[in-house]
Amino acid sequence: MPDEPKQRTHKGQFVRAVPRHGATLRLTIDRDTVEAVEGDSLLAVLLLNGRVVRHLEFGGAPRAGFCLMGACQDCWVSLGDGDRVRACTTLAANEMVVWTDPQKAHADA
Amino acid sequence: MPNVVIVGGGPAGIRAASILVEAGLKPVLVNETRQVGGQGYRAPAKSLAVDINALMGSEAGKYQRLHSLFASLQERIDYRSGTLVWGVHEKVLHTLCDGTAGTIPYDALILATGATDRIMPLPGWTLPGVFTLGGAQVILKDQGCLIGNRIVFLGSSPLLFLAALQYHKSGASIAAVVDTTPLSAKRAAMRDLAASPRTLARGIVYRASLHMAGVPIIDGATPRGIDGEGHVEGVRITDGRGRERLIPCDAVAYGYGLKPETQLAELAGARFRFDPIFRLWLPETDADGRAGADLYLAGDGAAIGGADAAEASGALAAHALLTDMGRAQPEAELARLRREVERLRQFQRGLARAFAWPVAQSATLSDETVACRCEAVTVGEIRSAVHAPLGPREVNRVKAITRCGMGRCQGRFCGPALQEIVAGACVVPIAEVGRLRMQAPVKPIPLHAAAEMEP
Repeated sequence: MPDEPKQRTHKGQFVRAVPRHGATLRLTIDRDTVEAVEGDSLLAVLLLNGRVVRHLEFGGAPRAGFCLMGACQDCWVSLGDGDRVRACTTLAANEMVVWTDPQKAHADA
Repeated sequence: MPNVVIVGGGPAGIRAASILVEAGLKPVLVNETRQVGGQGYRAPAKSLAVDINALMGSEAGKYQRLHSLFASLQERIDYRSGTLVWGVHEKVLHTLCDGTAGTIPYDALILATGATDRIMPLPGWTLPGVFTLGGAQVILKDQGCLIGNRIVFLGSSPLLFLAALQYHKSGASIAAVVDTTPLSAKRAAMRDLAASPRTLARGIVYRASLHMAGVPIIDGATPRGIDGEGHVEGVRITDGRGRERLIPCDAVAYGYGLKPETQLAELAGARFRFDPIFRLWLPETDADGRAGADLYLAGDGAAIGGADAAEASGALAAHALLTDMGRAQPEAELARLRREVERLRQFQRGLARAFAWPVAQSATLSDETVACRCEAVTVGEIRSAVHAPLGPREVNRVKAITRCGMGRCQGRFCGPALQEIVAGACVVPIAEVGRLRMQAPVKPIPLHAAAEMEP
């Protein structure tokens, strides 16, 4: 597991327009360490650092959320403890381990 | 003291709570999100250095008043933040908060559940980088994020111009605002729009400000699809003059106005009627929001009316509830609130014409277009099911066969289009194909929470 935050393969989908003041958080997303700020939603962290949130169970098409307000259910990801959460209504937390692919989470466990 | 529960922490829910508190009650206010204000007046997270007054523009005063009102109420109500109501059964709400299931019994219930964006499928609409128009506003206010580097605002909605202007003020690069309704339809809607001249004027100012800022505005366009390999790369349209155009971008904010969140109302026993102007099934209420025994509906969750109508209808619902408890209410104030709600909802009917739901687009969608994003059901699968020998003409039966509307979002986003596609394929009026029925849980919950609902 790398200790230093690194740029994920793609640049992010989201652009931070307003600075957020708060404690720096470190999360692991699919084995990459990324930095976030306290108060960031998990979806914001995922899309500030990448372009895809998950792949659809039916056919594997890439998805990155849609409604951004807890209604469409298209941003569910797995956490290291096995829980599945809706990224847009979940706050990022320090040392959170996030898997965008539940099978990868399973393989790692 | 009767146990009164309000679901929803937006303008309707907060105003309802304030009327009940003034009457000496201590209502429970259940809010799914952590910040009050609903989606429109949502407060930014504390650590976010967002200039909310600049973002709210002409509505900043109302935003501040609503949040001060909530602050003054907080000690006098039983406020449940971050709590999802996922079921209603025999006058008990079933809830989930931080993964823990709970129940809240009630004697009377006010539902102020708000709205989500109404969406018409389009080739490529499931690509990463396409978000709802309302969502684009929420992520800016709640997280201080823009949905992309270069954005197209697409669809038809009064929020199209408001959202684009908020993005412009926040430094976004806007590739274009593409409104699918022609200007002629907007002129035809003027009579209803004159019901609220101030709101009408505000909309014209939004549009003019974008124009002055050099943002391309395209009226009367037909969207053909959203292109991209793995994520959004551009929007294809036929413009009002019949020219094919490709607008390069990396994000799309997409929507056709709002649609009430009526799932809990249905579980609580509300009846529904088809509204031919909105082309949606809406809960039946009287002028004060009564929807059944001890059930009251307010705000955009009852009928789309906007934030001002939400506040007034929230107050009306609370007054109706108090009247039904045998407490006399100020008649003059009730009459004023009824006029206010009726005027603002008439304005929304004008908006529904000026920013039209694209009925014709549903008929021209290619068979390969995904209709249901949860279960990846295509428009062609729906048409095939309907056209099969003895094929269904009723949306719940089409849902059972195709799985369209059966996924995690419970048909919130494919439902309106499913009705149009089925009606179009059967060549029957849309009201005849029926309404998608809802069931608990209205949003996905862990299995252990559902187990606790068993009697």
